[in-house]
Amino acid sequence: MAVAKSTRGNVKVDRPLSPHLQIYSPLINMVMSILHRMTGAALYFGSLLLAWWLIAAATGPSYFNYVNGLLGSLPGRIVLLGFTWALVHHALGGIRHFIWDTGRGYDLKTIDAMSWGSIILSVLLTALIWAAALWLK
Amino acid sequence: MSTNSTMRTPLKNVRRLGSAKEGADHFWKQRVTGVANLVLAVFLIWLLVTLVGADHAKVKSTLASPLVSLPLLLLIGSAMVHMRLGMQTIIEDYVHGEGTKIVCLMLNTFFAIIVGAASVFAVMRLTLGA
Ligand code: HEM
Repeated sequence: MAVAKSTRGNVKVDRPLSPHLQIYSPLINMVMSILHRMTGAALYFGSLLLAWWLIAAATGPSYFNYVNGLLGSLPGRIVLLGFTWALVHHALGGIRHFIWDTGRGYDLKTIDAMSWGSIILSVLLTALIWAAALWLK
Repeated sequence: MSTNSTMRTPLKNVRRLGSAKEGADHFWKQRVTGVANLVLAVFLIWLLVTLVGADHAKVKSTLASPLVSLPLLLLIGSAMVHMRLGMQTIIEDYVHGEGTKIVCLMLNTFFAIIVGAASVFAVMRLTLGA
């Protein structure tokens, strides 16, 4: 059996190790859990983008136009598209967590349905938001 | 440092001392700010969608309204608390060296406060005029 060389305080303990990530075959619930974490981390650094845009607006027209130009360029748009999807996907993941917090939705069928539902809905909502933005423009 | 091969950990030292009474605090704040973020993120998306392609004057006058700047300030506050707690969990999961962990947790706090303060400052400047 694999043994963990872990340290707790000033004591070294050899304890049996439970099966780790590579032992499991990837299931949709596991993918969703990882995606929730990845989108959360992406939004963490994405907060810099919002701060930058707000600072640009507060600075004045010429710097604002410069920043807007960068955000409106193709690479800028790709980043913003990713930001939109991450926000929508993470928000839907949050709703899933709130449902679980009430003690409901733990059977595998429901988890699978909510997982696939969030993926599909996150893509649809992202497309809808961008369609609205481009249409209103 | 001593080595042993038993299942015993320093847990025995804190047994019967009672809990620190803070166990649910992180969890609960993550939920409260998560719910707030949900509402405020809908607002943010609406705001940004309506401002796509807008020039500086339009953006400035929109953000000058308290009906826009107030929810924006609330979003910044809620999101900064939420993302700091969230990143703390991630750090605690992956960073195991005691020193590195403490440094990472500090940087996490600094990051949230600096990004939050800079954003709040920008919104205040837009809404109070300067
Ligand atoms: C839009 C509405 C949002 C909702 C409903 C929401 C909800 C949640 C919930 C319930 C968790 C805890 C998950 C768990 O206990 O495992 C969480 C984690 C997290 N959230 Fe959010 N959140 C939202 C927006 C945001 C935003 C805007 C950011 C960043 C600026 C963010 C960053 C994070 C991070 C970094 C984590 C930690 C991820 C992890 O531990 O795996 N969230 N979110």
